[in-house]
Amino acid sequence: MAERKRRKFPIAAIIATIPLMIEAVGVYIFGIGLSIYFSFTNTRVFPSYKFTGFGQYTRLWTTDVWWTAFKNIWVFGFLSIAANLVFGFLLAVFMDQRIKQEDLFRTIFLYPFAMSLIVTGLVWQWVLDPNYGLDATMHGWGWTSFHFSPLNDSRTAIYGLVVAGIWQGAGVTMAILLAGLRGVDAEIWKAARVDGIPTWRTYLFIALPMMRGAVATAVVLQCIGVLRVYDLIIAMTGAGPGNSTMMPAVYVLQMLTDRQNVAQGMAAAAMMLAPVLVVIIAVGIYRLVSGRKAVVAA
Amino acid sequence: MSAVTAGTIERASDEPWGPLPRRLSIGRIGLYAFLVISAAFFLIPLYVMVITSLKTMPEVLASNVLAPPQAPTVQPWIDAWLHACTGGDCSGLHPGFFNSVKITVPAVIVSIGISSLTGYALSFWNYKGANVFFLLLVFGAFVPYQVVLYPLILALRTAHLFSTLAGIIIIHTVFGMPVLVLLFRNFYVGLPIELFKAARVDGAGFWQTFFRIMLPMSLPITVVALILQVTGIWNDFLFGVVFAGRDNWPMTVQLNNIVHTTQGVPEYDVNMAATILTAAVPLIIYFVSGRLFVRGIAAGAVKG
Repeated sequence: MAERKRRKFPIAAIIATIPLMIEAVGVYIFGIGLSIYFSFTNTRVFPSYKFTGFGQYTRLWTTDVWWTAFKNIWVFGFLSIAANLVFGFLLAVFMDQRIKQEDLFRTIFLYPFAMSLIVTGLVWQWVLDPNYGLDATMHGWGWTSFHFSPLNDSRTAIYGLVVAGIWQGAGVTMAILLAGLRGVDAEIWKAARVDGIPTWRTYLFIALPMMRGAVATAVVLQCIGVLRVYDLIIAMTGAGPGNSTMMPAVYVLQMLTDRQNVAQGMAAAAMMLAPVLVVIIAVGIYRLVSGRKAVVAA
Repeated sequence: MSAVTAGTIERASDEPWGPLPRRLSIGRIGLYAFLVISAAFFLIPLYVMVITSLKTMPEVLASNVLAPPQAPTVQPWIDAWLHACTGGDCSGLHPGFFNSVKITVPAVIVSIGISSLTGYALSFWNYKGANVFFLLLVFGAFVPYQVVLYPLILALRTAHLFSTLAGIIIIHTVFGMPVLVLLFRNFYVGLPIELFKAARVDGAGFWQTFFRIMLPMSLPITVVALILQVTGIWNDFLFGVVFAGRDNWPMTVQLNNIVHTTQGVPEYDVNMAATILTAAVPLIIYFVSGRLFVRGIAAGAVKG
């Protein structure tokens, strides 16, 4: 009934992908390009397009607060990712033992992930409150040597954030790794049992290497989360005490808003983008070299 | 019923019946102990939140965070909703709730609508060059937000949409698209091509095939996308505080302001009530959707 001529160049499809084109080119090429360009200017609040060289980067790397942010993201990232992986893997292995109430445990382990990081931050700030929180509770119960109120000390505040990060992220890691574990061929388990290999060794040395995909997914998810960490800091420590829990994302936002120093913020943002670009390019090269097609997603 | 019958029949025979009997060995006890202790670690903050919100301030200061309330009261909840202060404004959390609704509903519809259509175009109508845009978009999923924040502020300012409801809806659509388009594209790619061909043979064009065939078929993945987007946008803080403007500040921003207001004595009971109220919507979605939520996470996570 309707016209049935086949177009080589489907106009409707092109119209339908206009938002995609605008976003891909406008935000991720033009936007990133513009941000990087501004890092070479003296833009304060309103854009200034006059090129001024690498001054913002020199200033950035001679700023103590940025160094704090730089060190913090490594400490926070390494500790929280490592802890989440170990804890998440343990939980996944234990959940894999034909547990009664598996759904109940899964629901409990995963619910923090459903909530805002603002909520996570505020709750843990209250639980770790030095005057009324866990410390006071334990002292009240007679355990007077108990001491865990990291948030009010600039040397330990970062560990409070790590605890909140584990609380929020271990369940997701568990869910992803459990899916990976269940994907391991059942024959492997039988073979390992026949060979008399202890269960824990089967998990660690046979199953774990076979679920590389799930581990990679969990790690990538965690890395993105760490790089973006902002809400948690704002809610839990406000980057304090005394900038001791500053993070790159918070630094950039402070430059964009309170400090009104956009160019400096963009230099910091470019530094945040650098590791992402390095990893993506490395993965791209690896895939090219190993001859695999650059398939997006599984 | 049939399972019971089958069991009864087997039990009547001499063959061993049922799952292998699990001895309650030391290992098994240790296993459950680990899981229960872990569950306690995850549950304690929720417990603390709830009981603190049911106490009066004198009781909060006199007891500890783990002690259950002596005389439970819902007054902190009422105060959090209606009277909690940020600076000089004492209208509680409810304006934030309605702002979050006003932001979340349209942003979810717009972002899912556009992403579904884009995914459909990319899977069945993939024209030359479309994959370049798609790869750029997927790359966008890994880009730290801070890198593109300022150009977006400039763009919205130019369009007079900065600090408006429309502006924040656009922003949520922009940052929702990378994951959503990936989700929908992969779903449509998995559909049998014959379906598409049949629709074409019957004379359906691009839009007809989409609205009549593909959109209804994509219901399962749309539900996953819905869960992902509602929780994601409701929980957002960064975009809300930067783009929405003071009048449209979402619940998360108001919650943070209420808790961190510097005026007066901190009201921990009201703060915790406000925190639960803010977490309520995503938590309800999580508990109701169950395994679908896990699927949403997995879908959102599988990017590389």
